[in-house]
Amino acid sequence: MATQTPKIELSNVHKAFGPKVVLDGIDLTVTHGESVVVIGGSGTGKSVMLKCILGLLHPESGSIKVDGEEVVGMKGRERERIMRKFGMLFQGGALFDSLKVWENVAFGLIQGQKMERPKARDIAIEKLAQVGLAASSGDLFPAELSGGMQKRVGLARAIATSPDIIFFDEPTTGLDPIMADVINGLIVKCCKEVGATALSITHDMASARKIADRIAMLYKGKLIWVGPAKDIDTSGNPYVDQFIHGREEGPISMELRA
Amino acid sequence: MSEFLATIGRVFLAFLAHTGRLSAFTATAVSHIVRPPFYPRLIMRSMVEIGYYSLPVVGLTAVFTGMVLALQSYSGFSRFAAEGAVATVVVLSITRELAPVLAGLMVAGRIGASMAAEIGTMRVTEQIDALTTLSTNPFKYLVAPRILAGTVMLPFLVLVADIIGVFGGYIVGVYKLGFNSASYISRTWEYLMPLDVISGLTKAAVFGFLITLMGCYNGYYSKGGAQGVGAATTNAVVSAAILILVFNYVITTLFFGK
Repeated sequence: MATQTPKIELSNVHKAFGPKVVLDGIDLTVTHGESVVVIGGSGTGKSVMLKCILGLLHPESGSIKVDGEEVVGMKGRERERIMRKFGMLFQGGALFDSLKVWENVAFGLIQGQKMERPKARDIAIEKLAQVGLAASSGDLFPAELSGGMQKRVGLARAIATSPDIIFFDEPTTGLDPIMADVINGLIVKCCKEVGATALSITHDMASARKIADRIAMLYKGKLIWVGPAKDIDTSGNPYVDQFIHGREEGPISMELRA
Repeated sequence: MSEFLATIGRVFLAFLAHTGRLSAFTATAVSHIVRPPFYPRLIMRSMVEIGYYSLPVVGLTAVFTGMVLALQSYSGFSRFAAEGAVATVVVLSITRELAPVLAGLMVAGRIGASMAAEIGTMRVTEQIDALTTLSTNPFKYLVAPRILAGTVMLPFLVLVADIIGVFGGYIVGVYKLGFNSASYISRTWEYLMPLDVISGLTKAAVFGFLITLMGCYNGYYSKGGAQGVGAATTNAVVSAAILILVFNYVITTLFFGK
């Protein structure tokens, strides 16, 4: 029965910043071991959705369940316990620039799980190898790495504690197409290896096609289409068609005026 | 007219919101200082940064303040033949007033600014969100160690400034103004009471708390990239400096106001 409980379940989640409604009733279910990618234009609230699940932002109404537990309004120790299930790869990497690369990767182990430093370091080096980085890079600082390498370190940090659920926030943004494909490949590989459930947000269709089992499209605060990744080209939804082909003409009109 | 009233209302509401947010921030920060887990490494690092690396700037400030104080009071007091009071005036002014206030202002410029810039950059590059996703409370990890270190180290710095400032007065008194060394020293001790030093050190602890609180608070809530971090840094220093001057008066009233 345990596998029947969805890993993440959002129902009717609303979030607004002042008068600006960002999420207008989101319903989404992610089952165990599945990889769901949410696509949508810039500023449609994809990041806000992730941050609501992580508790970094608080939705006005609706329910968010992780492993069947309601997490909206959860605080303190309870929240920290839930956070241990998560790993996250941030858009800009968000590596701690005052710490060395290996300390970044081992951060969740040392601070979150109180592991001894030498042992955490061994695991960090192992995780770095998993994302294709040499052990020697562990002693560098994040500022000394290229963008692609920073993404890899971010990925190693996200998987270091072997989390159940991994979030990927625009994993390929700002990378060249080849490096983007390498990162996509690593995401697929890493999720398989640790058996993690993945929820990603992106506007890069190549990335979405490669890492998704299911794709959901967010537009104007609502998920307007959810379906298997292979059906994305035959969705019959004019919004989805316009987005995946990157056409200027279509039902989605870009609001150029602020 | 209604436009004008609306503006006043908006400013007043913004002020209230700001005050409420600062109060909540302060309460949370203090609660995390006294509750485990603690981060001794980070506390030590902040203590060294605040206490040890501020010594040169605080020492220079103190020595020149003591020197100019001796010179000024000598030339002023000689108008009514009270040159003998120079040593007493120097030691009382330094310990009660000038060492804590000037050291506080110098440290506000040095530490308040760097804390706001560092935490602000961590905020805009999502490093603070990353901390949360790694099961680490940013208040505990970033804010509490800094505020604790500031509150503990400022009294130490001011004690050093007391000694160096009095020594500066002694140098000018003995080598430039021609006082007898032994009598200058005995005059220094003659009217000095423990409360003079204690009140100065109390001020220092409060200033240390305020400087680090303003640095952390402004950094924590900074937004909007480089410009936001710049504004946070300015606000941290200006607000800390003003609070130092206000609380200086309040604490003086508590100790000496009849």
